[in-house]
Amino acid sequence: MSAAVDTDTPLVEVRDLVKHFAPGGGLIAPRNAGAVRAVDGISFAIGRGETLGLVGESGCGKSTTARLLMRLLDATSGQIFFEGQDITRLKGPRLKAIRRQAQMIFQDPYSSLNPRKTVGSIIAEPFAIHGLHRDRGERKREVQQLMETVGLNPEHYNRYPHEFSGGQRQRIGVARALALRPKLLIADEPVSALDVSIQAQVLNLLRNLQRSLGLTVVLIAHDLSVVRHMCDRVAVMYLGKIVEIGPNEPLYGSPCHPYTGALLSAVPVPDPSLHGRPRRLLGGDPPSPANPPSGCSFHTRCPKAAELCSAQEPMLEPKGSGTDVACHYPLSGEEREAMGVGSSAI
Amino acid sequence: MSWAPAAPLGADVLVPPSADVEARSPLQLFWRRFRRDRLAVASLFVVVALIVVAIAAPLIVDVLGLPGPDVQNLNLTNYFGGPLGPSWSHPFGVDKLGEDVMSRVIYGARVSLEVGIIGTLVSTVIGVTLGMLAGFYRGWVDTLLARTMDVFLSIPILLLGLGIGAACAVRGCAAGLIQPGLGVIIFLIAIATWPFQARIVRGLVLSLREQEFIDASRALGASDMRLMFREILPNLSAPIIVYATLQIPLNILFEAALSYLGIGIRPPTPSWGQMIADATPIFNTAWWYMVFPGAALLVTVLAFNLLGDGLRDALNPRGAR
Repeated sequence: MSAAVDTDTPLVEVRDLVKHFAPGGGLIAPRNAGAVRAVDGISFAIGRGETLGLVGESGCGKSTTARLLMRLLDATSGQIFFEGQDITRLKGPRLKAIRRQAQMIFQDPYSSLNPRKTVGSIIAEPFAIHGLHRDRGERKREVQQLMETVGLNPEHYNRYPHEFSGGQRQRIGVARALALRPKLLIADEPVSALDVSIQAQVLNLLRNLQRSLGLTVVLIAHDLSVVRHMCDRVAVMYLGKIVEIGPNEPLYGSPCHPYTGALLSAVPVPDPSLHGRPRRLLGGDPPSPANPPSGCSFHTRCPKAAELCSAQEPMLEPKGSGTDVACHYPLSGEEREAMGVGSSAI
Repeated sequence: MSWAPAAPLGADVLVPPSADVEARSPLQLFWRRFRRDRLAVASLFVVVALIVVAIAAPLIVDVLGLPGPDVQNLNLTNYFGGPLGPSWSHPFGVDKLGEDVMSRVIYGARVSLEVGIIGTLVSTVIGVTLGMLAGFYRGWVDTLLARTMDVFLSIPILLLGLGIGAACAVRGCAAGLIQPGLGVIIFLIAIATWPFQARIVRGLVLSLREQEFIDASRALGASDMRLMFREILPNLSAPIIVYATLQIPLNILFEAALSYLGIGIRPPTPSWGQMIADATPIFNTAWWYMVFPGAALLVTVLAFNLLGDGLRDALNPRGAR
């Protein structure tokens, strides 16, 4: 999939990105009392034409990362580079210019479309904002072409969002995101609000668009099979940090981080013959990101946790399996076997 | 379809079963619901009739063969100077200056509607703008505006009215910005009621700004102005219309109260409140002078209230889904 990739500069590079949400943040309340560390120092790069999956439990900072990349939130610290340009603090017209290059598909197809606007004007909004296709007829033609591209009936130009189903609404969102012909498309759980039967349609649409338009895609999901189906590389997040990142095959085939292993072990397998496969499920909930554990933030739930884990935070580095892992004691082959994960399973 | 794989997957679900049914805009949906509410439709007719009466007052008075509202005729008072009651030529009787009460009630609709509608318009524009800024920017803008609202809400408006009414009675004040009469009333209404609108709008904007379509527009590069006026404002139209419609009768009553207290509309311009005030000392002998303007006030206020309720039911944004 990532064949024709210009590998010189990655399309997006993130260095030590941090986003803390201060509680209250009023005039009087102290600023840094127990700030929620939604994203706590993550670094990664996305090559051109690549599809990067971002997975993790609810509240691990996936959506915050997406919003930081889109500059919908301002980073507390760290840097975001887009085609080598630091966009972390861009403002005004220069930010608006970058916005043409990166677009987003949102999670909730019901709240991501303005209920008071027709589908035509929703998809034409990017044109209106950037002053493109000023001629009415031309704008309508463009919009109808986009509608056709995403598999909507162009005749429904004048309808309102409430007249469409969830899947169709998500297609409207895709059309709007594609209108400016962006290079980067961030999809924040694009199918988790949809019926399972519709999910595949929307995912396939995204994949086809990605291939034919040469898009770079960041796909956020909590469904590991969805990510495997769609992505070239996967980053696993836990409590605002990336714990394992690497290409599809090694990450699914030989997961190294115990958390990745646990996630994969929890994936349901639609094969009755594998019914009795061993599973290792995590107990408890992730700790509060307002007060993360010392050392490795996973040590409170990790079956392999040792003294070192609560004392020293592991670096994200290669451990010889093809992925970068932030773990002092990566999983061994037998342990994978015992968890029912790795190349044989899923 | 330009994408082969998208077609077989999507084609069968693209056309909803109701494809041949005309698409309905929110306005059409609203109208269908509104029509079913008979009380609301009836009050809409009353309101429209009132507006017609107010606009065409001179014509109507002419057609009915009544004298103008400020034509005094002391021949119409009795031996003791008391006004004459209803008769064929003066259906609502006359007042103590011999002015025709029906004619004055008809012209009085002008003042009431002017105050009701202009006053509401002014306070709505102020309230919506400031409420939207507070809800959209939050932070110190919100704090500042919220405190300002508190200050305005703690003004004893009737006392302020008495003061301003007296101070601006002759030449107006604030460099002619506040003219005596209608100007004073509209100014008072505006400063007394905008915080209510602003609070409602602020609350709605606080929840609307978290919707993903706002993020989507922002991601497309929309400016704050565009987000507020193109994305958020259309979603506020229903509550604003409902609230404004319910505000109109309150303003009409406020005008009546101020005019009753002698700081609103001055004679010879007729206003219902002022007529009721004039009628108070002679109510025992001339009931018609108070009853007819009072009834006009009652019907007007009731009609606007019922219309507002009907609009609220029909425009209920949840129902639009």
